[in-house]
Amino acid sequence: MSQLSEINQRCASLYDDLNFGYAREWKAAKPGRKVVGHMPFYVPRELIHAAGALPLGIFGGGDQLEVIHGDAYYQSYICRIPRSTIELAVTNRLDFVDGMLFPSICDVIRNLSGMWKVMFPKVYAKYVDVPQNYRDDIGGTFYIHELNELREGLAKMAGRPITDDAIRAAIALYNENRRLVREVYAFRAAEPWKAPAADVYLLMRAGMTLAVEEHSRMLKEYLDAAGKAEARKRDNCRVVVTGAFCEQPPLNLIKSIELSGCYVVDDDFMLINRWEKGDVALEGDPLTNLAHAYIHNSGHTAAKYEDKEKQKGLWLVDTVKKNRAEGVIFACPSFCDPALLERPMLQHALADHKIPFVAFKYAENSGQMQPIREQAGTFADSIKLWSVQ
Amino acid sequence: MNARTPKEVVKEASMVKQKEMISGNYAKLATAKEQGKKVVSTFVPGNLNELIMCFDLVNNLPEINAIQNGMRKKTGAYIMEAEKRGHSEDVCTYVKADLGMIAKGNIGPDGHPLPSPDALLLSYTGCFTFMKWFELVREQYKCETLMLHVPYEGDGHATKNMRDYIVKQLKEVIIPGLERVSGVKFDIDRLRQILKESAKAEENFVWVLNSAKHKPSPIDAYFGGVYYVGPIFTAFRGTPEATEYYRLLRGEIEQRIANGQGPITPEGDMKEEKYRLVVEGPPNWTSFRDFWKMFYDEGAVVVASTYTKVGGVYDLGFRHDSDHPLESLAEYCLGCYTNRNLPSRIDLIEKYVNEFEADGLLINSIKSCNSFSAGQLLILREIERRTGKPAAFIETDLVDPRYFSPANVKNRLESYLQMIEQKRRGGAPAPSPAAAAAPAVALQ
Repeated sequence: MSQLSEINQRCASLYDDLNFGYAREWKAAKPGRKVVGHMPFYVPRELIHAAGALPLGIFGGGDQLEVIHGDAYYQSYICRIPRSTIELAVTNRLDFVDGMLFPSICDVIRNLSGMWKVMFPKVYAKYVDVPQNYRDDIGGTFYIHELNELREGLAKMAGRPITDDAIRAAIALYNENRRLVREVYAFRAAEPWKAPAADVYLLMRAGMTLAVEEHSRMLKEYLDAAGKAEARKRDNCRVVVTGAFCEQPPLNLIKSIELSGCYVVDDDFMLINRWEKGDVALEGDPLTNLAHAYIHNSGHTAAKYEDKEKQKGLWLVDTVKKNRAEGVIFACPSFCDPALLERPMLQHALADHKIPFVAFKYAENSGQMQPIREQAGTFADSIKLWSVQ
Repeated sequence: MNARTPKEVVKEASMVKQKEMISGNYAKLATAKEQGKKVVSTFVPGNLNELIMCFDLVNNLPEINAIQNGMRKKTGAYIMEAEKRGHSEDVCTYVKADLGMIAKGNIGPDGHPLPSPDALLLSYTGCFTFMKWFELVREQYKCETLMLHVPYEGDGHATKNMRDYIVKQLKEVIIPGLERVSGVKFDIDRLRQILKESAKAEENFVWVLNSAKHKPSPIDAYFGGVYYVGPIFTAFRGTPEATEYYRLLRGEIEQRIANGQGPITPEGDMKEEKYRLVVEGPPNWTSFRDFWKMFYDEGAVVVASTYTKVGGVYDLGFRHDSDHPLESLAEYCLGCYTNRNLPSRIDLIEKYVNEFEADGLLINSIKSCNSFSAGQLLILREIERRTGKPAAFIETDLVDPRYFSPANVKNRLESYLQMIEQKRRGGAPAPSPAAAAAPAVALQ
């Protein structure tokens, strides 16, 4: 088996394992180890690592988990990810998780943080607020204090203090990881026929489970192996997929987009892997550095306020240009407030720049891919056949 | 020709006064431009009405416009218009009603054109959608947007960091921004005076809410309650008019208690109080009267509701404090109902069920309001577990008439009231319809 196949297979098995065997084994390997789950789109994983704990991305149950209990906690008009997350928990698949972090992404995940406190009172559950004011002396100061509160909470959970040096060491590890993630994205944008969207997705998803050091090794190996691999270049159109930053699309949906004639050259599936767009500084106070990176050098998503009206949506236009994409696919989960409220504004920005787009919705357990294939295929054809070059 | 003559709606003096106040604000909005007044749009939860008054700005509240339009059956067409323009069927119908109204000429609920706002004061309190809503509206108006980020009380309490963050935003972003838009210099003593007026109204408002502890309750704290919160949640908190309204309202209710009367309904006094309910969640506005009638026809009175706390949980003791004006505004924003975490919401509802001696909890779950709705089925279970009282679940929407199914709502309400009857007769506590559908789950 080639190295590339091995990596792909390893990533697929991590993705399929809804009992989180890797994280369980990691925890059992040394006494006192802790595991801290977190939901999309961003948490400061450096603090979890500095507490000697393993950050574990909980991105729902996908299309392989039968949700029975979870549906009893949510109305039909609420998205899928919280119900499958509850399902994972009440079926004891998360019984080894010592803490859960809920980022400030929407009201559903926000309220899930409170549900966790009620349902699992022994687990450290924390809502992670982030600043929507981007001045260092206002939002920055607020976030430093929030980070400090989180640091104290994690330290209490871990039973050990979290030192500045430990945070700096974690920042260095995540800096390296983010650099490699960016390299993989750049590689795919350059030669997408060598880095199929589903493979890259699974590779990134592995980073939600593996220890950061191990994931970084895997990314290096992938870059090396994929770079050498022979693959036939197809006459596909190049697309950016956006809107899928929380509840994840089923893997078959990602495959379907590519099978329908699109190369995915950028996406927002797992923003946390490259949220900070450059290295976080290592000198000085580490919390200040993390706050500074969040405010001045982080990604874009609907959960983040755009304080400059004229800038609204331009990040997507830039992403399209930077990656030489020919169009954008809005793939949003049903009932996802942030993605669906944001969509018209992003579409206006694209229209202003004459960038074609198409939109559809999904749920993490969507099974019927034919409509997606038809829509994406028609979109690709329309670009190939009628776009003005 | 309809042979049935509609019954004349019965209104108390306070209701008439409130109607005048709301009409007056719409008149101010309609004439703002010709009067040379500047207009600011803002939201109900975490609203900074006292601050807005300090700058002589006219206050436009998009949520209230949506509600008023909903009650006038106008929102269905507005929502369809917004959806035609690319807004998803899944998202908040207040937003779509607002955007649809703007798209169709921005005619206010009273039939007069609404002015374009000079600023959007985005009080991001307790609802994620607010942030997107004003980004969407900003696209239309291209006006200045002042963002006040109010952190969520994720751990069930406000922290010093949260308060400091809000105060700093007030001092360095919001107040300078409002000065810039209005051309009026900020005067903290003026703010202190207005806050004193707010606190007076708040005292009487809390008295009104607590009057429902009487038996029979002299008020309906949900259907009547949405009228009672009108002035204090909107453009009038801090005005002498609001103080007068609550003084008048309190007097009316004192009289009702003295007379042993129940709540007033659109069809007159409620005859007999058979059931005392606590209600969680906003009401449906497009069929508000029909919805209310289902309750009073059955003798069901709502003695406490959470919706009447979205603009401030005054009954837990908070009052605007003129000695600490900006800190007090921060405290107010943080404490609004949907800015409290789910355990705090459950605690509050439990307190209401117990202190108001309610027969149970009814949740009106709103399709397009995740801030309220996500987690309500857990609230239901917890309240049943903690109080031993039955709870039930109905589903409607805010202002989308497509999601109000009268037969379903009535059926569920009647089943629920039968459940309460059964409980009273000493029968085994019947599981709620929602809980019955849910498998038993062992919690850690």
